[in-house]
Parts: sequence; C-alpha cells; structure tokens
Amino acid sequence: MDKREEVLLISGVDVLKCMRCGKCSATCPSYDEMEYHPHQFVYMVETGNIEPLLSSESLYKCLSCFACVERCPRGVEPAKVVEAVRLSAIRQKGANHLKAENVPELIDDDTPQQLLMSAFRKYSK
Amino acid sequence: MHRIGVFVCHCGTNIAATVDVKAVAEEMGRQPNVVFAADYPYMCSEAGQNLVQDTIREQRLTGVVVCSCSPRMHEATFRKAAAKAGLNPYMVEIANIREQCSWIHKDKVSGTEKAMILARAAVAKVQLNAPLTPGTSPVTKRALVIGGGIAGIQTALDIADAGFDVDIVEKQPTIGGKMTQIDKTFPTLDCASCILTPKMVDCAQNEKIHIYAFSEVESVSGFVGNFSVKIRKKARFVDASKCTGCGECVEKCPMKKVPNEFNMGLDNRKAIYIPFAQAVPKVATIDPNYCLMLKNGKCGMCSKVCGANAIDYKQQDEIIEEKYGAIVAATGYNPINIDKFDEFAYHQSPDVITSLELERLMNAAGPSNGTLVRPSYLNKQDDHNAHPKKIVFVQCVGSRSTCSEKGAKEYCSKICCMYTAKHAMLIRDKYPDTEVYVFYIDVRTPGKLFDEFYRRAVEQYGVHYIKGMVGKVAPKADGTLDVQASDLISNEQLHINADLVVLATSIEPDKTARSLATMLTASMDTNDFFTEAHPKLRPVESPTAGVFLSGVCQGPKDIPETVTQAGAAAAKVIGLLAKDKLVGNPCIAHSDELMCNGCSSCEKVCPYGAISYEDKEFRQPDRTVAIRRVASVNPAVCQGCGACTVACPSGAMDLYGFSNNQIMAEVDAICR
Repeated sequence: MDKREEVLLISGVDVLKCMRCGKCSATCPSYDEMEYHPHQFVYMVETGNIEPLLSSESLYKCLSCFACVERCPRGVEPAKVVEAVRLSAIRQKGANHLKAENVPELIDDDTPQQLLMSAFRKYSK
Repeated sequence: MHRIGVFVCHCGTNIAATVDVKAVAEEMGRQPNVVFAADYPYMCSEAGQNLVQDTIREQRLTGVVVCSCSPRMHEATFRKAAAKAGLNPYMVEIANIREQCSWIHKDKVSGTEKAMILARAAVAKVQLNAPLTPGTSPVTKRALVIGGGIAGIQTALDIADAGFDVDIVEKQPTIGGKMTQIDKTFPTLDCASCILTPKMVDCAQNEKIHIYAFSEVESVSGFVGNFSVKIRKKARFVDASKCTGCGECVEKCPMKKVPNEFNMGLDNRKAIYIPFAQAVPKVATIDPNYCLMLKNGKCGMCSKVCGANAIDYKQQDEIIEEKYGAIVAATGYNPINIDKFDEFAYHQSPDVITSLELERLMNAAGPSNGTLVRPSYLNKQDDHNAHPKKIVFVQCVGSRSTCSEKGAKEYCSKICCMYTAKHAMLIRDKYPDTEVYVFYIDVRTPGKLFDEFYRRAVEQYGVHYIKGMVGKVAPKADGTLDVQASDLISNEQLHINADLVVLATSIEPDKTARSLATMLTASMDTNDFFTEAHPKLRPVESPTAGVFLSGVCQGPKDIPETVTQAGAAAAKVIGLLAKDKLVGNPCIAHSDELMCNGCSSCEKVCPYGAISYEDKEFRQPDRTVAIRRVASVNPAVCQGCGACTVACPSGAMDLYGFSNNQIMAEVDAICR
C-alpha cells in the first residue's frame, strides 16, 4: 500500500471534500509552530506528497485540539489527517517520537502524569 | 382487430449507429396485428410525419407505434400528426429507443435486441389503447401573489398590466420586503428605496391590484383555474380604512422599548408603529405583545390622539375567501440564524454584525441616520472611537457548508460576493481612512458588470481581498476584536485588530414557504426552495398546475434576476388567465366504484389532493339499496402520476392510457 492510501485508510477522511477555504489553518492555535499547516496536510495528502510531512516536526506540534474539525465547513476533519500521518510515521520500526529514556528530562513538578500518559499514547506505537 | 403501423427512426446516426433499424422494422412487421413496418432517417421531419399520416390513411391503421426518442421530445408531434390523419391521438405509442437504448449502449447486437424488446412492448400496449378525449374546465380570471417583496410586486404589476385582477398577500404590515431594508443596489449603486417605492405606490394605485397587507394564506383548495383560498387578515387594532398614516399615535405612544425589526433590532420602535416612512399601505399597526392597553387595559393614548378615530382595540382577525385561477409563490428569504457559529462571537460583541444589519447602519433612514458607527457606540456617536477604522468582512458564513447541524447550507447564497464588494466600496468611498479587509474562499461574480464591479473595489478603492477564511473572532478588553484568519496565498495566519466584523450570512427560504407548499401541494427540495417543473425549460412553474414561482423562494437570486423571473412568472400566469377553458390531460386516474372498498389508501398517497370520497347508493343483487363510501377522482386536479393505482389494494384505481392491463401486457412482451 502506498503512503497516500495508508493515510486515507487510517484517517477515514475524504480529502476531496476540502474546498480550500483555509478555515482549519485560520483556527489552529499551533499554527506558528508548524512547518506545514492543517490545510497543507489535507492538500499534500490529496496530491500524494506525503514524504515531507512524515519527516516534519509539524506532526508533533499539532495539539489534537480538534478546533479545525469543529470549524471545517465541509466536514473534512484535518486533525484526523495529521493524526494518520503521525501514526504512519511512528508505526515504522524505531520511529517512536517519545522514548522511555527521554522521560526523566521532561519531568518537572508541574507536569501532570496524565500528560505523560497521553504523550506516550500519541507519540509511540 | 387492430391494424398497427410501426415506424422506426434512425435519428441520423443517433439511433442507427447502435441499433440495426432495418432489422427492428422487419421484426416488428412479424408481430401480431402489425400491418405495416418501416424505417426512416428522421421520423420527426415533415416527410417523416407525412409517411405516418399517409400510412394511417392507406392502411386504415387503428394504432401507431413510433420507435424514436423519448416521448418527452416528440410524443406531441406524432400525436398531432395522427390526429390530422383522423386517428385519435391517444392511439399513438412511443418506444424510446434513443435515450433508453442507443445512447447508453455501445454494442450494436445488444442495442438492436433491446430496441426490438422495447418496440415489442409498445406494440403490445397499443393493442389495449382506447381513444381518449381530454376534458375541459373553466378559468377564474384572477391571480393571487403570495408575498409582497420585489418579486411579488413585479409579478402583480405585470399581471395587472395585462388587464387581470391580482391580489397580493403580505404577512408584514407593509409590502416591499427585504429590498426596503437595503441601502444601495449593486452593480450600479442606485438607492434601493428610490427604485422600489415607486413600484410600491404603483401597486397601491393600480385598480387591478388589491393588497392584503398583514395577512396570511390560511388554506388553499381547488385546482388550476379554480383555486379557492382563505386569507387571514390579522388584527392591526387600527381600522385601515380610517387611518391616514399621520403618525400622531406613534409620536405619543409611551411604549418605546420594542426592538425594531425593520432596523434588525439595532434600535427600538413604539408599540404602535408604521415600519418606515414609505410604507404601503401607510397604516399604523399595534403590536399586541407590547401595547399597554391590549396587555393590561391601561393607556389608550393612541386612541385619544387619533383624529381619524381609527384605533380599534377590539379588532379581530378576519377570514376572507376568494377564488383564483393562478397562484404565484413569492415568499422570499431570510438570513439564517447564526447562533451556533460561536467562533465569530456574534452574541459576544455588538460590533460583530450581519450584512443586513450593516445595510441598516449605512442607510439614511437607519438607526445612525446613515453614519457608519460601531453598534457599541450607537448612543455616543460623537465619540472619536465611534467610527470603525478597521473593518473585516467574512464571506460564506453558513453558505457552502455541510454542517447542517449548525444551520449551515450546502448551497452558495449567490448574492454575498457582490453585496460585500458593494459594502467595501461604499465604505472606502465615504470613509477613505478606513481599512477594509474581505476574507473570501472564492469570489463569484458571474453577471453583467459584476466582475468589473468587484475589480473596481480592489483596484480603485483599495479594498484588501484576502484568500482565506476567518477562524476565530475574539473580543478584547479594549473593545476591539481580534480576528484570526488564514492568508492562503502567503501561507500565513493573520491577526487583525478590527473595530467591526461583518458576516456575509447565508440566506434561506422564508419559514412560511414549507407550510405554503403543503397547502399548494407544490414540491420543494431539501433546502425548502420550491422545485420548478423543469430546471431549464420550465423554470417559473411549479410541477403543480396553476402554481408559479417568483423570486428567491425558488433559489438564491439578486434583484435583477428576481425581477426577470417575476416577469416570467407573470407571463405564464397571463397565458393561463387568457384562456377561457383549460384542456386537461386525459391520462388520469379513475375508480371502478364496484370494486372500491373505501379504504382511503389512494386519497392518502395522492400528492395533488385529487381524490375525495363520497357516499353513493348501490343496488345490491337482492334489489335492496346499500350506501357505500367510494373514491372519486377530480379529473381537473389529477396529474396522472399513478400513485393511487399502485396503492389501491382492490385494483379499483386505474389510469387511462396507462392501465394495469396495458402495463402487464408490456411486461409480458418484454419477458416473452
């Protein structure tokens, strides 16, 4: 299966529903952190240009806040596309974004345990 | 014994390229009772029609089958030809071997086989045809227009101009509709009320036009040419025949805190009111929800000051019944409710407004007397912050969206691109120090001088058009609005500190359209727009005979298109009312009273209200008389859809021209 098909299968998103209004990127709170923005994720998956996304830090800057999903006028669900590309990346061998040995340096008194749990769920296979 | 002729058309290569027309003709020549079969290049040509007519005479044909295009195309042509040759036109059957055969097949062998099967079915059917004669019904020479906006006004004026009486029913206290609230009109920027109010006055002064303002249609019965309509004249608590519209009562009314719907709630009106200076009819109306006299019997100020003695606190709704030959729906539109679009902060800040609210803010008769101010400064217009310095327009708010749970619409509202360009241009013209941003998905400007207009906004007036959508509007502590948006061309997320945000809100059909459609048995689409009889060729007629469509109730339209369609609807109405008698379609349902068991199934499925039940006396075999409830079809209303024949459990309902026997014969012929 090629990467495009894989991402479409994991996300369950029909990227052809996108009418390129940019509301996802207009609403995104992580916009400035991201190299590729939500509307670019949708467009690049549509055109099959997935390699740049797989190696981009943008995958780990998406907060999964779902503002783009809530506000997309066409029901495209861009966050699901980002999630699918992320899963496609970390499912490869040795591609875990968060490893157990990284954890001690990330911990401080203000970090809730729940955050670590969800980070593991989100960034590791 | 029937004598049947079969005529197979080549339609140039349309049919002949995929169907072996000679083989079809030969095969049909071998069918029972077929005495003549031939093929011809263009059956619909004059020579082709002559062939049909000559053969009818020479061969003494009693039935004709034409294997050609869809009956929608040329059934009428061949029926007329047959009638000229002395054959009842309903003895002609069409086998559609083009749209349903040659056009959809590539293989000539299977195409030919299918054409033979379709022709065989038509031959089997025509054996059971019987000559039919259409009935006639009279026409009431008066039209009803429901809705008194620019669509209804134009339709009524055009019908009256042709010499027919026409009534306008308008639910608001005045006619004029949405156009009265609009400031200027694109692309010429003439003042809306300057071009509308003369037409309103024309309506009032035209002897052929009667206006039922502040009235609603209560019920509709009857059929094309013979509608009977009940109209509810709602109580105004003012005698319209006495009121002079002087406005003394409005002046003195102590109840000042009523949200003024004409100004989109931006200011207040009195409990007794005249919506605006040019209202037609110019008659005061008391709002019973706010009037102190009607609510708790204390006040009576308006009655005391009225010199014409027109106030009548005891006035009741009145029902009027009138007969009409034709009905025009012109119920118009409203902006959608945007309560569920939280991201635009419409309910959090008074400075987030809809485009229709902006029209009122820019209108000389509006709450700010035409000075553009931030609504939060409406009561302190002299403040140096009152005038907005940065304005953001958001396009497609609730349009082109599949989020129906938010009240959004999947269609393009069509008018927003142009009125936003108009707003932006007018603001830049009047207040050159104001920065204006328009966020768009696409700029859609098909129309005469429309794109030129939009380009003028950009090139001459310096309006900033930005491709992208606004994601969030957040009110800030200093009273301004943080607009977070996409700029897709520069691939940036923007933050604009705006003083005013204008939402180009989607439009939807007026809520009354749905109940009206039920009364008229007129069909609607899923968006509650009235459906036209044919989207291209019959755009101003409803599929229900005698019901016509004018304006936005059929689909989003701007003013020029509305006026065009209003005139077209009037032309259709005039065409109908000019007839003394209507010739019906004889292919209608009829009930065999001896078989009818009175179950009402047919009455329930009939989309036209053509079936009623009556108690009839029947002689029993034992010579006693029994009264039974049986179905009866009104031949003028029935459209011959056949729903009742399928629903009838006892087989009593049957359709002339498409009888159960004929359809079974066709099926048998296909399966042979």
